[in-house]
Amino acid sequence: MTVSETGSSRVKRGLAEMLKGGVIMDVVTPEQARIAEDAGAVAVMALERVPADIRAQGGVARMSDPDLIEAIIAEVSIPVMAKARIGHFVEAQVLQALDVDYIDESEVLSPADFVNHIDKWAFNTPFVCGATNLGEALRRINEGAAMIRSKGEAGTGDVSEATKHIRKIRSEINVLRSMTKDELYVAAKELQAPYDLVVEVAETGKLPVVLFTAGGVATPADAAMMMQLGADGVFVGSGIFKSGNPEARAAAVVKATAFYDDPSVIAEVSRGLGEAMVGINVADLAAPHRLSERGW
Amino acid sequence: MTTNLRSESLDAGGAASAGPRVGVLALQGDFREHARVLAGLGARVSLVRRPDELEAIDGLVIPGGESSVMDKLSRIFGLQQPLRAAIAGGLPVYGTCAGLIMLADTVLDAIAGQESLGGLDVEVRRNAFGSQNQSFETDLEVPALGADPVHAVFIRGPVVESVGSGATTLASLADGRVVAVEQGNLLGTSFHPEITGEHRFHEYFLAKVRARVAA
Repeated sequence: MTVSETGSSRVKRGLAEMLKGGVIMDVVTPEQARIAEDAGAVAVMALERVPADIRAQGGVARMSDPDLIEAIIAEVSIPVMAKARIGHFVEAQVLQALDVDYIDESEVLSPADFVNHIDKWAFNTPFVCGATNLGEALRRINEGAAMIRSKGEAGTGDVSEATKHIRKIRSEINVLRSMTKDELYVAAKELQAPYDLVVEVAETGKLPVVLFTAGGVATPADAAMMMQLGADGVFVGSGIFKSGNPEARAAAVVKATAFYDDPSVIAEVSRGLGEAMVGINVADLAAPHRLSERGW
Repeated sequence: MTTNLRSESLDAGGAASAGPRVGVLALQGDFREHARVLAGLGARVSLVRRPDELEAIDGLVIPGGESSVMDKLSRIFGLQQPLRAAIAGGLPVYGTCAGLIMLADTVLDAIAGQESLGGLDVEVRRNAFGSQNQSFETDLEVPALGADPVHAVFIRGPVVESVGSGATTLASLADGRVVAVEQGNLLGTSFHPEITGEHRFHEYFLAKVRARVAA
């Protein structure tokens, strides 16, 4: 008798492994989902509003309408992700019931719990969570996240925070690698992360799950830079469908992500894309409006 | 490239210099996992994204990932025809999951306009098990690889819905659905040995590569 198991760590983390080298695009309608799939997106994030609009319109941002999520699932054959508020385990239960392929416990939505994140081990559907540094990434993995994305600053089109966060995570990993075994006890305390995960990262030199980058990626060169800095893939939120020519920009970002280390390809795909999204400089954002500071 | 923090040596050291030269299609997906397994088995591994990178290899692995993306990029960057010519010329190729879809003569539930490379006389259905909630791991009997079962991970995987006269079934699920096939120098699995520590499929494939090099 052969036993089959769904929802194991290997199965959950495995889907993220298959998304590597790809681009995950925010979409707010089935039509946008179709454009994303046709352009070569490896997955889509189903949302009611992209982060730039959430930022502009303000108010409480919540899980999307199940009708919208189901319409997007029906439209495409690539994986569909959807966002739940930080700590809102019932929104996550709903998303699992809707059969989404990945749940993003996301700081882009308004947090539902300022103390606890969701216990992600309790779900069959895998989770991706944001992180600005290694300790935060390892706390999310300890709670069951099967994929991490560095947060950046969503909805700005300013890639500087994404750069800061992926560099921070990479450099903290490098520091762990250089430590002796006895130093890792203190490192775990200072990172506020579980000792076993800290030891694993020190030994392997990488997170135990796939690491994508998000938040402010707006051009093919932005995407390629994140890949050269060590990301396994990129999320593009507002950057595509807030630009002048979403079809062309989406396809260009896909090509630049696959050929991230070939400047001739990046130059070629960057031509004639029309207007990029109108950006907001992160430095001009008052601290309470910085989404990356949500989550802990 | 000095700014590239991802570079890593794919060779398994000096002993590998005599090993067969195996390319891994690196347009998208878990190509590094395949590269690591192959290097560990003594192959000289290179990543393939350009037509000229096909010239110096004795075998090719097409990894897991998103088949619609691999198809699109392979056509945009001029790889589709050289890959088809290489397959027709007898190049040993092993495809896992999306790679199996790329090798199938017929793909069911493809996105509009999606093409495959072909070579395996089979019909393959994408996402045959449903959403990620239905992804699973299980033990499979694979008689060609010995008595010990293969631990197999299926991630939004395809199944082989019909096996043509040219292809042979290597493994099926308990319900009879076919999940591993071969045809001459081509090998395809619905699942991902590259992420489970199961190396027998890669060894089986490398035997084909070595036989072709020797011939």
